[in-house]
Amino acid sequence: MKNDFILKVNRLNVELGGERIIEDLSFQVKKGEFFTILGPNGAGKTTLFKALLGLIPYQGEISWDSKNPKIGYLPERLSRAKFKELPISVREFFKFKESSDEKIFEMLKSTGLENSKILEKGPGDLSSGQFQRMLIGWSLIGDPQVLFFDEPTTGIDIGGEETIYSLLDKFWKERNFTPLNPPKAVRQSRNLTGLTILLVTHDLNIVYGYSTNVLCLHKKKLCSGPPREILTPEILEKLYGTEVKFYKHTHG
Amino acid sequence: MEPKLNFTNIPMDNQFILSLITAIFIGGIAGYLGSLMMTKRMALVGGPLGHLALPGAALALLYNFNIFWGALGTIVIGAVIIWFLEIKTKLPIEALTGLVFAGGVALSFLILPLSQAEEALIGDISKIGVTDTILAVILGIIIFLIVKKIYSKMILAEVSEDLAKVEGINVKKYNLIYLISITLIVALEVKIVGGLLTVAMLVIPASASRNFSKTLSQYSLGSLIIGIISAVLGILFFKIFNLPAGPLVILTASLIFLISLIFKKR
Repeated sequence: MKNDFILKVNRLNVELGGERIIEDLSFQVKKGEFFTILGPNGAGKTTLFKALLGLIPYQGEISWDSKNPKIGYLPERLSRAKFKELPISVREFFKFKESSDEKIFEMLKSTGLENSKILEKGPGDLSSGQFQRMLIGWSLIGDPQVLFFDEPTTGIDIGGEETIYSLLDKFWKERNFTPLNPPKAVRQSRNLTGLTILLVTHDLNIVYGYSTNVLCLHKKKLCSGPPREILTPEILEKLYGTEVKFYKHTHG
Repeated sequence: MEPKLNFTNIPMDNQFILSLITAIFIGGIAGYLGSLMMTKRMALVGGPLGHLALPGAALALLYNFNIFWGALGTIVIGAVIIWFLEIKTKLPIEALTGLVFAGGVALSFLILPLSQAEEALIGDISKIGVTDTILAVILGIIIFLIVKKIYSKMILAEVSEDLAKVEGINVKKYNLIYLISITLIVALEVKIVGGLLTVAMLVIPASASRNFSKTLSQYSLGSLIIGIISAVLGILFFKIFNLPAGPLVILTASLIFLISLIFKKR
């Protein structure tokens, strides 16, 4: 049980266009965590994701516990408008990742999209809420071990966001059996591969509501640990610059 | 002379059958390839590539070799020049393509007498021979199979390049394969529609198909079929009216596009 880290990042530096975006960042993520990366706009959160996913060059060390971890990814800018440009059905969009119609249907059902007509619709023609549900289903199909979820900052209202995050939370709990790692025997008997979520957000409510660990990022690491222990007013002020009104929100 | 076949009132001869077969393959596959060009990224690069065929066609006519090789040669040379200029100047690729294209066209008209320019500009199907047909069929099938294989990956890259990369898709590699396919099909097209109209054969069938379809499979198949229909009808009209085939093929495609507007949702 010693080696239960799924991701280790050591002295990560990322430069884009001559500008240092991430500086000397080290942190670790355990298997089965709901890990949040918190920070204001422009703090380097999306850049960090891209480095972790190997999409941009970086210096330093990023190591996963297995050679090719199965990854699900939801980029920040995946919008309905993008899909409206393409003649494609939800079924065809899922076919990029999964060939079985039955599995696609099951996945959509578990995200709350039970209407079978959804499959034939275009992703661009879904409602905003349906679209987000579909994306979550898409990112989770094929049972990834790690889900990268880059919070869409535009296009969803708070009500919608709440559902999306509680939906993510539902999947996370399902895949991990209990809030944190279940015993190995249980995991294997239920064929649970476990799901580690890495989520980028600037919303404190999400952090308090769902995450097991948080990394406060503003170019450098400002703090990391369980949210209720480490998110002090001082840290939040350092992170966001000005005073933050709703710290230590008691949530659900 | 082979005996002439009579098929309704359209005179059929070997040359005609050859040009019809060639047009079916090139038209269909150009339409199919074009359906991937409809996305902005590709239209920027793929479209202007077509125009670079013109100087090559002019050279081929002047020195009497197959237009296919001439067109292929100048597209490749043009692409290399554009690529080189882009690295050197950092100017937008559209501007550079425009520059290279205009230079090429100007050069074509300097070297090629205007009286001979028609074939280079709008094609001449009566010049299609057995070699052209065999080339079109074989290359056409190969290109079709290759592009069919990368089709859905290219579409996913269009949805989100990052997403495609995370799914393990080598976007750069597929873009290159696609551009090579476009280059080959454009060079083939010159015989039928000439150096000026190659882009139309890529873009118009796909635009029309887009209006008819809701799914990717309808869209890609539709582009292929509309490409074939345009080519066949265009060549039949050529036989009936005795007007140049190239423009008739393009006009047929445009007409199908106009009809498709009726079906467009919203």
